[in-house]
Amino acid sequence: MGLVEPHIGLVFWTTISFLILLFILGKFAWKPILSAIKERERFIEDALLKAEAAKEEMSRLTNENEALLKQARAERDVILHEAKKLKDQIISDAKEAAHTEGARMIEMARIEINSQKAIALADVKNQVASLSLEIAEKVLKQQLADQDKQDELVSQLLREVKL
Amino acid sequence: MNKKSILNSKKIKQLLISAVFIMVAIFPATSFAQEKEHKAEEKFNPKDVILEHVGDSHSLPIFGSIILPLPVILYTDKGLEVFSSANVREEEVEGKSEKKIYQGKYYTYTADHDKILVADAAGNVDKAASKKLWDFSITRNVASMWMGMIILIIVFVSMSSSYRKRQGKAPKGFQSLLEPVVMFVRDDVAIPNIGSKYARYIPLLLTMFFFILINNLLGLVPFFPGGFNLTGNIAVTLVLSVITLITVNISGNKYYWKHIFAPDIPLWLYIIMVPVEIIGIISKPFALMIRLFANITAGHIIVLSLISLIFIFKSLWVSPASVVFVVFMDTIELLVAFLQAYIFTMLTALFIGMAVEEHHH
Repeated sequence: MGLVEPHIGLVFWTTISFLILLFILGKFAWKPILSAIKERERFIEDALLKAEAAKEEMSRLTNENEALLKQARAERDVILHEAKKLKDQIISDAKEAAHTEGARMIEMARIEINSQKAIALADVKNQVASLSLEIAEKVLKQQLADQDKQDELVSQLLREVKL
Repeated sequence: MNKKSILNSKKIKQLLISAVFIMVAIFPATSFAQEKEHKAEEKFNPKDVILEHVGDSHSLPIFGSIILPLPVILYTDKGLEVFSSANVREEEVEGKSEKKIYQGKYYTYTADHDKILVADAAGNVDKAASKKLWDFSITRNVASMWMGMIILIIVFVSMSSSYRKRQGKAPKGFQSLLEPVVMFVRDDVAIPNIGSKYARYIPLLLTMFFFILINNLLGLVPFFPGGFNLTGNIAVTLVLSVITLITVNISGNKYYWKHIFAPDIPLWLYIIMVPVEIIGIISKPFALMIRLFANITAGHIIVLSLISLIFIFKSLWVSPASVVFVVFMDTIELLVAFLQAYIFTMLTALFIGMAVEEHHH
């Protein structure tokens, strides 16, 4: 039967055509396509490896950053603590200084007041003395206006003087 | 989404049922009219139609009654003879096929059922001289093979140029459609079966796969440029399997030949085993040849038989059933087109793999 009987013409043309097709596709299609695919596969694999490395680097950096941050925080805390201490000390020092200064000033004021008071008192005393002398003078002048009284006084004074 | 698809299938069912009802209602009258007409004509013979289709021909039907004559190339004992097949094409005249006679350079030719024969001037066939003819004509199968090849070359050369243009970028268009297929042949057919030496055979396997695939698919297209039964022609599958045979045996290493001619068995078994192994060399590609031929031809025959039912019953009543079955068969054939291309390539790769395998005992 014709169906299962290979026809020589078709065998001939199929052989030639297939070999030509194999040659053309092999040279102009399969070779560039497969090499391009391979190239891209290599590129993708490379990129994936690089991405993996970058990820690792990233996580390493993150860890480092975190550690740095932690350290920085601790340092900040220490600094803040010290600053607070310093501040307290400064305040207390200033308070103390102010206190002593105040006390000194008060003391000085007191001394000044005392000295002024003494001066004033001395002044008053002088005034009182000169006034009393004046008064006494005036009184004496009046009392000793006459001779009798002068004599009486002299005698009195002489009596009072006990030898 | 699920609900929607159920709704859609319901709609489709309704549509089909109503279509069938409309057909039943409208067509009886027309089909009766046709039946009367047909009675005068000769009886429809599905076998001839089907065999005419699955076979080969010297003329290329393009559309309807437009038929492209193809060159007839004959190698006779006196020399090469080339003429157009239109010169010997049988023509239907009043229901009878009338033979034409062509006076060539060396002989007079006529054609009987698309077979070129030597005849005398009166049209009587000279059987002895006909047997000496070597027919290297460009038949319609050759033409359809070339169309398939042109498609393959255009597609893959343009694909490879787009790799050059878009170097290092993601595939696009045709490239992204076909790249997975190329990768499939490389990663799932060549590498697992052949192993590390696959690179030498990959161009052959890819060419084989796409050659079979494109011709299978073109065979499924019912109009020009498809509709020919190329991969279901024994000559084509013969060539492909002979290529497999040659490739396998050229690649065969010493382990392969030792396995055939000096297997590790008792000496007296050689009488049985060596002939069996030698038959095995032939029978493996032979099975490839028969498998592809039978699968594709069977598909074509079934589809044509189902279509022929309409003409056998001479009634449009049959057409809905016929069309539904043909659609069903075409869907299966689409699967078969890929499957047979895959199986042929895969088994070729497997045989090559067996021949190049290194044994470490």
